[in-house]
Amino acid sequence: MEQHWLTRPETIRKLWRLFIAVLAAVVLAEVLVPREAHFDVDRLFSFYALFGFVACAVLIVVAKALGVLLKRPDTYYDDEAGDA
Amino acid sequence: MPDLHPGLVLIFGALLVALLRGRARSTAALIVPLAALILVWTVGDGAIWTSRLAGYPITPFAVDKLSRLFGTIFALMAFGGALFALNQSARLELPAAFLYAGAALGVTFAGDLLTVFVFWELMAIGSTLVLWSAGTNSSYQASLRYLMIHLTGGVLLLIGVAGHALETGSLQFVAMAPHGLSQWLILAAFLVNAGAPPISAWLPDAYPEASWSGTVFLSAFTTKIAVYALMRGFPGAEPLIYIGLYMVFYGIIYALLENDMRRILAYSIINQVGFMVTGIGIGTDIALNGAAAHAFTHILYKALLLMSAGSVLYMTNKRKCTDLGGLFQSMPITALCGIVGALAISSFPLTSGFVSKSMTVQSAADEHLLVVWLLLGVASAGVFLHAGIKFPWFVFFQKDSGLRPPDPPLNMRLAMILFAILCVGLGVFYEPLYRLLPYPVDFQPYTGAHVVSQLQLLLFSGLAFFVMLKWLRRTLTITLDVDWFYRAFLVAAVDRIEGSVTAMRDRITGKLRGGGARVSGAVRRLHDSQSILARTWQSGTMAMLMLIMLMTLLVVGYLV
Repeated sequence: MEQHWLTRPETIRKLWRLFIAVLAAVVLAEVLVPREAHFDVDRLFSFYALFGFVACAVLIVVAKALGVLLKRPDTYYDDEAGDA
Repeated sequence: MPDLHPGLVLIFGALLVALLRGRARSTAALIVPLAALILVWTVGDGAIWTSRLAGYPITPFAVDKLSRLFGTIFALMAFGGALFALNQSARLELPAAFLYAGAALGVTFAGDLLTVFVFWELMAIGSTLVLWSAGTNSSYQASLRYLMIHLTGGVLLLIGVAGHALETGSLQFVAMAPHGLSQWLILAAFLVNAGAPPISAWLPDAYPEASWSGTVFLSAFTTKIAVYALMRGFPGAEPLIYIGLYMVFYGIIYALLENDMRRILAYSIINQVGFMVTGIGIGTDIALNGAAAHAFTHILYKALLLMSAGSVLYMTNKRKCTDLGGLFQSMPITALCGIVGALAISSFPLTSGFVSKSMTVQSAADEHLLVVWLLLGVASAGVFLHAGIKFPWFVFFQKDSGLRPPDPPLNMRLAMILFAILCVGLGVFYEPLYRLLPYPVDFQPYTGAHVVSQLQLLLFSGLAFFVMLKWLRRTLTITLDVDWFYRAFLVAAVDRIEGSVTAMRDRITGKLRGGGARVSGAVRRLHDSQSILARTWQSGTMAMLMLIMLMTLLVVGYLV
């Protein structure tokens, strides 16, 4: 099967470079727009970038931890089907 | 034109669609929701139908800005869903969906609580029929659990409404404070439909079991009618802020752990409704506008996401992320529409999510609720994480599953394209939506600061996703929820009770048998044919006994 151009390693490398450039651009763009802070904390430079990254990292870790407790094989409830 | 009720039009349309076949059926399926939509827009404001019931004035049909907004989106949804479902082979589904949508319109245009209750129950029946029409054993099982929860909610509602009518002397559906038991019961019934804790599990349990088109309908009405009812009945009720925030995070965490693509989206419904419930709890004009606008746009992009997932299910018959991947190569339209829905749910600028959800976040800032505002920020980032990237990534990209199904049939593609256009269109031309909102809008979504901060938040969330991708690897698992209590614990408890009852019964009957055997043995010993009281005695023995008796009498007589 021929590999789709989007799945080639060199495309993926380019996409990563593009992504990092865009990330840098949206952080720097903060200088250009008038500020609209509601609280003290969002006066911090690149607050939303840091906030987004840290928030997601924390969510993933919390989900992973809860998963250890609560995950079960997806056949867990299957024997109930026999009652129908 | 006489004032026809758009909900009743849809319900009678359900009968029509059930009777017709072929092209006539398809035509009716598309015209009926459009007729309902036109009625929603042409009917005037105020009480349209009034009557009296058991001494109470009732208003089965009343219209104001809020009900027109929800009526519009429900009718539009019925149209889009019908277009998507035209090639559904289960003939029950579309009539059931129209009954369900018509009942939702019935609640929307109900001016009194009794009418709300009647259509509330009808919605439970319609949605259960939609689930049944999937025709699988698992959907039947899930539908019974679903019905159990919703009928319980209906009972709470009826008790609450009856109590409320007795206390206040009115059945009118207006804002009420949760101060007495009746009002708390009504609030609880509304929250059951919203998917609020502790029984959120009915939603991700039932919705993914419907057919590829059934889930699209289910996603739209039940939870959003709850949002509507909460907005009308309990605006500004503070507990809703905390309930909403819980729902927001519950949805994210469970969606992150989930493997079934449509269950991911089902969890994300609870997450999104959590935003709206929080907004209703904040209760200012901008917060309520935000919740209403969010409900409107959410119905469109969630339907679009589920259409995209439904198309994948229809073409591949697979629903687990672990079985999917790489589908963008052969299903470009489905993938593109799914991505538009994913961007909209994540509130990317230029999509409908950006112009609606940001109002709720803004309202928390306006009220100086720092903690609420921060949590909503975390949640906004989390939406992109669990639905915005996770869904398209694991279904259309990630590893190549080797599957190469084409895009789905024309009607399904058209429905997706229509909703994708609406998702982007409302993000760019948001003024018409803002004019439909219940309160005057004083909010400018596209300021430089809004756009830049939202892009930072989302793109760095995306960075976190790809950096931590190993942590998110899909596994063949489900995640336990409160429904474990009635699906496993109660079942096991009943089994145990049944076991011990049987054992006890065996012991008691054993004892009784033993006792009975002893009694019958004694009786037998005395009365059997050869035993002492029943055997035939010889006449000699008799004569001897008589002699002894007479001698005894003689001796006793002599002595006395």
